[in-house]
Amino acid sequence: MKLIRKTMLFSVLAAGLIAAAGPAQARDLIIALRSEPSSMDPQFHSLTPNTQLSETLFDPLVRTDGTAKPVPSLAESWTVDGDVWTFKLRPNVKFSDGTPFTSEDVLFTYDRVPKVPNSPSSYSLYLSTVDKVEAPDAHTVKITTKGPSPVLLANLSMVPIMSKKAASGPAPEGKTTVELNRGDGLVGTGPYKFVSWKRGAEIVFDRNEHYWGDKPDWDKVIYRPISNSAARVAALLAGDVDVIEDPSTDDLPKLKKDKNLHVQETPSFRVIYIALNQGKEPPAGMTAPDGKNPLTDRRVREALSLAIDRQAIVDRIMDGAGMPAANLLAYPAFGASEKYAKVPKADADKAKKLLAEAGYPDGFAMSLGSPDGRYTNDKRIAQVVASMWARIGVKTAVETMAPPVFFKQRNAYAFSSYLAGWAVSSGEMLNPLNSLVVTKDPAQGLGTTNWSKYSNPEMDKLVMQASKTLDDGQRAALLQKAADMAMDDYSILPLQFELSVWAMKKDIRYGGRADQMTLAQYMTLAK
Amino acid sequence: MLSTIVRRLLQTLLVVLVMSGLVFAGLYLIGDPVLMLASPEATDAQREEIRRALGLDLPLGRQYLIFLGKAAQLDFGNSFLTGESAMRLILERMPATLELATLAMLLSVLIGVPLGIYAGLRPRGAGARSIMAGSVLGFSLPNFWVGLMLIMLFAVMLGWLPAGGRGPVESFGPLKLSAFNWEGLKSLILPASTIAVAKCALIIRVTRAATRECLPQDYIKFARAKGLREKRVLGVHLLKNIMIPIVTIGGLEYGQVFAFAVVTETVFSWPGMGKLLIDSIITLDRPVVVAYLMLTVAFLAMLNLLVDIAYTVLDPRVRLEAA
Repeated sequence: MKLIRKTMLFSVLAAGLIAAAGPAQARDLIIALRSEPSSMDPQFHSLTPNTQLSETLFDPLVRTDGTAKPVPSLAESWTVDGDVWTFKLRPNVKFSDGTPFTSEDVLFTYDRVPKVPNSPSSYSLYLSTVDKVEAPDAHTVKITTKGPSPVLLANLSMVPIMSKKAASGPAPEGKTTVELNRGDGLVGTGPYKFVSWKRGAEIVFDRNEHYWGDKPDWDKVIYRPISNSAARVAALLAGDVDVIEDPSTDDLPKLKKDKNLHVQETPSFRVIYIALNQGKEPPAGMTAPDGKNPLTDRRVREALSLAIDRQAIVDRIMDGAGMPAANLLAYPAFGASEKYAKVPKADADKAKKLLAEAGYPDGFAMSLGSPDGRYTNDKRIAQVVASMWARIGVKTAVETMAPPVFFKQRNAYAFSSYLAGWAVSSGEMLNPLNSLVVTKDPAQGLGTTNWSKYSNPEMDKLVMQASKTLDDGQRAALLQKAADMAMDDYSILPLQFELSVWAMKKDIRYGGRADQMTLAQYMTLAK
Repeated sequence: MLSTIVRRLLQTLLVVLVMSGLVFAGLYLIGDPVLMLASPEATDAQREEIRRALGLDLPLGRQYLIFLGKAAQLDFGNSFLTGESAMRLILERMPATLELATLAMLLSVLIGVPLGIYAGLRPRGAGARSIMAGSVLGFSLPNFWVGLMLIMLFAVMLGWLPAGGRGPVESFGPLKLSAFNWEGLKSLILPASTIAVAKCALIIRVTRAATRECLPQDYIKFARAKGLREKRVLGVHLLKNIMIPIVTIGGLEYGQVFAFAVVTETVFSWPGMGKLLIDSIITLDRPVVVAYLMLTVAFLAMLNLLVDIAYTVLDPRVRLEAA
């Protein structure tokens, strides 16, 4: 009896507390982020933790939807004629400070991009194909590109439009990064506006009452950086936060079973792959009986690919938070052909036969480098792949190291093969082919992350042609052909596509995004 | 005494200098910050641009000399990652770590010293044995595990305390502290207890050993023979004499917690300096790492000096010149 009375007292107290906390309709959203942004300046550091917040404060001219298709944002419509793109701006759009948005703001924004000093990853990347930007009138912007540029829309979607009035200042770039970090000049047209940022603790946004689009569900959004995944899960279980990014895959089964929670898994554009060093000289860590580099032989590469049981990796290591990959982008993404939609079944016997055909019946020894802690379960995946290769007679020494060390070693060709990941920011095949498979030519920005020494001039030509083709149908066909060529060659071994995972309280829904961004404006309260 | 303090300050300066050189070279060996910062799609020209902008294109020696020149004017450079002043980033987060470390040490001393004395007085009693067994457990359990268990129990299952983060802060001059309001204190309890578990275990063992050493001494026997009450014997004669090892260990441990509360701060997403250090090492944000370590080395050296000065107060036989 005493106990019951006590419980009753507690619930009365609790009800009182809840009532005191304010009217129930005004709910705030608390999101636990995996990494804190490095800056609030939307043009300082092009990195997902930064971009996802600027996407919430600002709008670009053109936005990409969850599948990377360009959709109107501040530009209502656009036309293209050769190298000239004309954008009609949305009328009656206001910044969060109430001032109207015009083409002047677009000019200011694009002009500021190259002027931001010390930018660790500059936004100039996204304007590299732009020759000049003009504003014939207050609601029209004309962009001239250097030659045909089919990637322009995807690129522009990465550059949020700032307010000329708010972000002008004495420095060459207007308001400096440090000033913007404090919220000074941080004025956008997006669904939320900046309130405060306490480094390491929390970032607070309020709803932008002047927003031109649909009103989002939350009055206030609070982001808390919680870098440790166990701590994120604990915060969600304790009810301290409403949504968490990226719970560790070990926790997934438990979270999915929890009736108070909802787990969203969405296929991402991030492919985890293995690159094989195909240089003429045997690479570091390689000992083959004939003193050559066996990886130059297509049959050996096919054998290595066949030896990998991708489904087992997804099931046992990723706890289902992945999709086996047969291409750099999953079919039916732009430029991914049906030919490589499905992953061939792992076949160790056939792999051994191929090795014997290539002259290595007893296999050979090589190294597999992997970062430890850069991609989900990276080290464990590398270890499993090594054991699968050992089964066909390829003795594989796994070398894992902290990400900074790994990337330095990789760029010094210190491994015979390495595991890494690539997030296809544009969502189409041109981007991974250009970066990972095309012959390395750093001056042209081609093959910038191709550390495999693979070179196929015929494929290079196709990719080059696609990058200059504006017609979507033709470009898709060219890219499919090029990607098929790269896959036929086993030039690179895709392992799996990561699923992006969010866990949230059961009355919240988030569709998830292939670009792995956490966007508060698309989170809804289930009614 | 004054000359000793000046000499110690000069020594500290030397240590800070040597350490900054080591960290500079060490981070250079680990990797290239530009590879971590730049977008993987960047062209070589863009990478060179970043390298130049951050001053990384110069030979390492030159970079170090430039750094020293600026450091002499108390400018420790800007963080590569955020573009903000490295020292400011650290100082912004220092109060959080300061209050965490202070509360943790306070808890461990307030709990550890009485338990240690008790265990030292009746070493064969059942109470003493269980205290000692508990202390072994206390410093054998890994920090992050203790933290997670406390979160599971008090935040997830019972829901009494928040699972992480820092509560609202109030300004006390330049310091922004959260320990002086209920919400803030609630968030502080779990991380401080996590650290205190291990530190308390250490204090218990030190106190017990010192107590057992002091008890057979003549002055204790004499005090008892004089007929002083046990309370006074323990509270004055014993406590004063066991203070030296406790202050030594307590001081060193306080410095340790302050400089390297990394694990606890990570588990509880406590916005302190330790987390900043780890994040900065991973991104090779050299200015922040160097500034951080210079600051902590200076802090630890100061703490040692304070401990030494405390000796002279506690034990008139100790002269600083001899140290």
